[in-house]
Amino acid sequence: MHANIIFDISQILALLIGVTLLVRPLGGYMKRVYQGEGVFLGPVLGPLEGALYRMSGVRKDEEMDWKHYAGAMLTFNLVTMALMFAILMLQGSLPLNPQKFPGFSWDLALNTAVSFTTNTNWQNYSGESAASYFTQVMALMVHQFLSAATGMAIVIAFVRGLARRTAETLGNFWVDMTRGVLYILLPIAFVAALVLVSQGVIQNFSPYKSVPLIQPTSYERPKLDANSNPIKNADGKPVTETVALQEQTLPMGPVASLEAIKELGTNGGGFFNANSAHPYENPTPLSNFLELLLILMIPAALTNTFGRMAGETRQGWAVYTAMLLLFVIAVGALYWAEYSGNPLVQKLGVGGYSMEGKEVRFGLGGSALFSASTTATSCGAVNTMHDSLTPLGGMVPMVLILLGEVVFGGVGSGLYTMLAFVIIAVFAAGLMIGRTPEYLGKKIEVTEMWMSVITVLTAGAVILALVAIALITPAAVRSMANPGPHGLSEVLYAFASQANNNGSAFAGLNGNTLFYNLTGSLAMLLGRFAPAVSVLAMAGSLAGKKYVPPSVGTLPTDQLPFIFWLVAVVLIVGALTFFPALALGPIVEHMIMQGGV
Amino acid sequence: MREIRNSVFFFLALALVTGVAYPAAVTVLSQLIFPEQANGSLIYGGAGAPVGSSLIGQPFSNARYFWPRPSATADFPYNALASGGSNLGPTNKELLGQVAARRETLRGYGIQGIVPADLVMASASGLDPHISPEAALLQVPRISGERKLSEKKVRSLVLKHIEDSQLGFLGAPRVNVLKLNLALDSGENRD
Repeated sequence: MHANIIFDISQILALLIGVTLLVRPLGGYMKRVYQGEGVFLGPVLGPLEGALYRMSGVRKDEEMDWKHYAGAMLTFNLVTMALMFAILMLQGSLPLNPQKFPGFSWDLALNTAVSFTTNTNWQNYSGESAASYFTQVMALMVHQFLSAATGMAIVIAFVRGLARRTAETLGNFWVDMTRGVLYILLPIAFVAALVLVSQGVIQNFSPYKSVPLIQPTSYERPKLDANSNPIKNADGKPVTETVALQEQTLPMGPVASLEAIKELGTNGGGFFNANSAHPYENPTPLSNFLELLLILMIPAALTNTFGRMAGETRQGWAVYTAMLLLFVIAVGALYWAEYSGNPLVQKLGVGGYSMEGKEVRFGLGGSALFSASTTATSCGAVNTMHDSLTPLGGMVPMVLILLGEVVFGGVGSGLYTMLAFVIIAVFAAGLMIGRTPEYLGKKIEVTEMWMSVITVLTAGAVILALVAIALITPAAVRSMANPGPHGLSEVLYAFASQANNNGSAFAGLNGNTLFYNLTGSLAMLLGRFAPAVSVLAMAGSLAGKKYVPPSVGTLPTDQLPFIFWLVAVVLIVGALTFFPALALGPIVEHMIMQGGV
Repeated sequence: MREIRNSVFFFLALALVTGVAYPAAVTVLSQLIFPEQANGSLIYGGAGAPVGSSLIGQPFSNARYFWPRPSATADFPYNALASGGSNLGPTNKELLGQVAARRETLRGYGIQGIVPADLVMASASGLDPHISPEAALLQVPRISGERKLSEKKVRSLVLKHIEDSQLGFLGAPRVNVLKLNLALDSGENRD
């Protein structure tokens, strides 16, 4: 396979332009949704929205202070997590289960419930062989809407904190969450799902279908005794038997509806094990491009929503520009590393870039863009197996996650984490040039700094601690699929992905063990809710402050020098935290690959 | 307490909207507008029974057929109930051993020189229905020998089955192996 560089660069540019063109209209639309203004879907969905408030007794204009807002958010997430845990455990006795899948084990159910509630979508199960249609739709897909709407509500509350002056409240969580689902996620997902079906993504509730193979074949499998233990011969080798293979069983299901919200809500949990590499999830280069747009559009456009709500659209564009810069660097590095290929394989007489874990139809451009986009945001869907990327190619997704997913980032979470970085950057710059640290007319004081640091550093602390524990736990080390530095990369990636609520994996690692199910749940919970609550606390503090008009002493945060400074702060914090671990994983492996094993 | 009640209420209400109404509406509309795609892009044989899906590869291994990409699905290749890649890292000796062995198999059929990576490295889904045009053309002499057909005919059949990039620049040119093999069997190659 040889890459067509012209096509690939065209595709990268088309995506960047497409996303940028969406920023203003979608950002403006989302601002109207969250400010309770009329939107074009109002006549259709307004009555439903009103009915929900009437039946629950939630009053639209009843505002919450930050503690109340955070309390409602946490309660909602814990309650829905518990309900989902119950569905997963009881799957065997619930309807819409034509393949008769049994319930999940308790630790897997816990990991999965935490995973989908925290917008992570880390999957220690394989969809086509473990999850019923009821589970896929009512447990997994519903949470893909709710967790995304939760993230968006948090960032909107934070932006209100920045924008309001001497105020006590941040809005109403139930209203923000409901409006996010009804007016933003649902309509976009609906249209996108139909377009995806047109490309070949399946959408049905049929049982799996069997087709006869054109060329029947056979395979060897280990012979099992009555207790399903492998039988061994006199030399201790497993005995195998030949099994004829006459047909292929095709999985079915309501895939398109899940696929659309999976990408749009930067969730990433696929219907099938192979995720967006599966031809029934992502059948054509065009469906791939649409999925890329869906992944990036809301996180990108939220920067504009933020700018508009803060009354200074330039501030939104400044944050967007910083994100875009980091994204272009990442895509460039990933594309270059993969384009250069694997010299160990090339030595065997194989041409072009490495195709292990890649699909033919996407081409190198479609594969590299997807790997970068899914980890720049907190999506975590994959169309390429990250475990089989070249060492430096695989390091790019890892670094994007480790930076805290601020390059667009998750819906909501990406922007609030980036704004925490902005506050740290403002503070650090203020110290260096002797100016008062202010952002958008609000003084940055002790509370803001504490909360920003918690937001930015929680994931890093959790990742490094859990990786260290895993490496001294024999059961955890046995889960590695690849030996040497690559095994370390697998474990580092696993905790990075979960603590940052990404959900993609170096999937060779066997994560469905008691150790990884429990430590992973802990990482996801801390990585999601410690920053979320800190951000809301910071919002409460900011909302109460007086507005300080800009003076000559104010550092302008909407100009290029500050944008570059912000990019540098993000990179420096990430590098200081993770360089040692990266040096022992992907960087050592790169040297081994270049030097020959 | 009030927020616990609200949590249960909003979960149930929004689950009805996003977990029942939304997938139901998408299913009904897809079944009406795109029934073929929504049901798996099945290919039907002469008797009207499905013989495969144009999106899911099959494990052709006989020398009379074009070979698809190696597949690392569990238990057996192209196991559509266990999609996934090998997840072998780039310096893993197991990967290098597999690639070398597949390269040898191709040499056994007289394919010398550099081979395209897609023919010796496993796909991400394990179900990739496509190979690159280079990988298909490389197999033309073998097919023509096994089926006693002229190379020219087999080659023109391959060229007919090349699918181009979408919109002129999206994705790589590719050949659908199942469709190509069905065409071989159906006698499209004869005069």
